[in-house]
Amino acid sequence: MVELAVEARGLEKRFGATHAVRGVDLSVRTGSVYGVLGPNGAGKTTTLRMLATLLRPDAGEARVMGHDIAKDPEAVRAAISLTGQFASVDEDLTGRENLVLLGRLLGLGWGGARERADELLAAFDLSEAAVKQVKTYSGGMRRRIDIAASIVVTPELLFLDEPTTGLDPRSRNQVWDIVRALVRDGATVLLTTQYLEEADQLAERIAVIDRGQVIAEGTSATLKASIGVRVLHLAFEAPEIAGRAAVLLADKFGLEALPDADPAALSVQAGDSAVAASAISALDAEGMAVMSFAFGQPSLDEVFLALTGRPPADAKDEDTP
Amino acid sequence: MNRHDPDTMLARAIARRARPPRPSAASNVLTFGWRAVLKIRHVPEQLFDVVGTPIMFTFMFTFLFGGALAGSPDAYLQFLLPGILAQTVIFTSVYTGVSLNTDISKGMFDRFRSLPIWRPAPLAGAMLGDVLRYCLASLVTILVGLAIGYRPDGGVVGVVLGVGLLVVFAFGLGWIFTLMGLVMRTPATVMTVSMLILFPLTFASNVFVDPATMPGWLETAVWFNPVTHVVTAVRGLMGGVVDGPAIFVSLAFTVAMTAVFGPIAAIAYARR
Ligand SMILES: Nc1ncnc2c1ncn2[C@@H]1O[C@H](COP(=O)(O)OP(=O)(O)OP(=O)(O)O)[C@@H](O)[C@H]1O
Ligand SMILES: [Mg+2]
Repeated sequence: MVELAVEARGLEKRFGATHAVRGVDLSVRTGSVYGVLGPNGAGKTTTLRMLATLLRPDAGEARVMGHDIAKDPEAVRAAISLTGQFASVDEDLTGRENLVLLGRLLGLGWGGARERADELLAAFDLSEAAVKQVKTYSGGMRRRIDIAASIVVTPELLFLDEPTTGLDPRSRNQVWDIVRALVRDGATVLLTTQYLEEADQLAERIAVIDRGQVIAEGTSATLKASIGVRVLHLAFEAPEIAGRAAVLLADKFGLEALPDADPAALSVQAGDSAVAASAISALDAEGMAVMSFAFGQPSLDEVFLALTGRPPADAKDEDTP
Repeated sequence: MNRHDPDTMLARAIARRARPPRPSAASNVLTFGWRAVLKIRHVPEQLFDVVGTPIMFTFMFTFLFGGALAGSPDAYLQFLLPGILAQTVIFTSVYTGVSLNTDISKGMFDRFRSLPIWRPAPLAGAMLGDVLRYCLASLVTILVGLAIGYRPDGGVVGVVLGVGLLVVFAFGLGWIFTLMGLVMRTPATVMTVSMLILFPLTFASNVFVDPATMPGWLETAVWFNPVTHVVTAVRGLMGGVVDGPAIFVSLAFTVAMTAVFGPIAAIAYARR
């Protein structure tokens, strides 16, 4: 068993004038979950497709489960499985047919492939939808059948490209449970995400990628420590109070306000809980009642702001199919 | 723990087990062929799309123009049906490119290409499915023809040979559409461009009328159209006549298309 499931050095890819990936290094320990975190257009999918032997890198090299992606792509493909960002099963076919198809392609007999399909459908809570066409599935069911299709034969390394984008919390938790179960069983998972929380929940290490480059790498804890962010989220009764509170926090505590979508809310970087606590009491004392507060993780936007000094390059708030 | 507890079921389904032996290339191809069959079963509309127009043409031309063109609708039908059959099968070959492009643009191909399988298997399996589609489309057209009075002199053997030649011809032509499916950006583009190629190819031919009735320049153009020769050959076979030169030209065209576009498509496929 190789120690590093993925070892990439200086991967680069251009599409015409677009320099999609510019020198990405990754080291993924076998048996761990690794998170690649980045906004739209950062180069996550392109990086994954190179590692999965679907795209030839313009420069750089990588070994996946010990096999060189350029010299021995066959061996790489025998060790990995890819769940793409978009449709990776046939929508015209039923869930069961899709799984049987993959089982057959991977060398199971007809009986074995059907048995395996039924086992996965039951485990992934899809038995009832087994004989329905995939195009009738909900988003969460889609994602589960996508992942089931990737583990008909359990791979050593599973690539998951944005497995939970657009899912509701319940479906997202189901996907997370599947990822955790896979890793408990010894597989390695390399996933991309736009959510810091997801990387934080699942991944042993995280690479933050922006405009085709890794701009930070480490465990979730070191990453957050290096960013130095614990964010205090405050909610007020009215936008006007939030405005006054921002001024007070900046003047008295030197706490910088971070962008927040809700005008009646305020987020500030607060290094430790003592500062946060005194800030809240100071606000109360000045008659700016805090409706609710949370001392928690920065959002991806906030991490970006902290790492790059600017908001994400191309943070479109869309879920383009 | 309960065997049917969700967590236990998940853990057991995920548990690693021995990898099955890698199947043969032939098994991979047949599995993709099975996928094509499933798609025909789930989306039979795609077959009606391609068969619908030719059937409409058969009725329209036979009963509207048949009398004027050949003296009687019945006499014209005997001439027209092999031509319509060719048109049907040729139009069906467009689906090769469209469905390939749909797979690519939806991301399905990424999955297939990341599997440890014989690389050309998805293409080869799709072609197997195409052959099945050609046969089904032919069957429908011939049944409609028989129902309204088509009586082939070549009998069952002649008809089967005619369809066989058409399938081979469409296979050769299909390489162009496979290539288009690989390099074009959307399924709709593939469809539109294919139609732009196929309309002149099937109409500027001897499918509907004898080219001798056309102006000289058009007659020459029609003679250079490979569809004309395959229609002549099929008309002959279904009518009980073996037209050697026409059969030769049809087969030569297939070989040439495969020799030229097959390798180009293979390169385009490998580079994706
Ligand atoms: N096949 C392609 N042809 C041309 N440009 C491409 C191609 N694939 C990706 N790009 C471009 O490369 C850049 C990186 O794209 P990529 O899909 O890797 O980003 P991503 O991080 O996966 O984004 P998202 O979160 O939206 O999925 C983008 O600017 C994209 O437009
Ligand atoms: Mg992506």
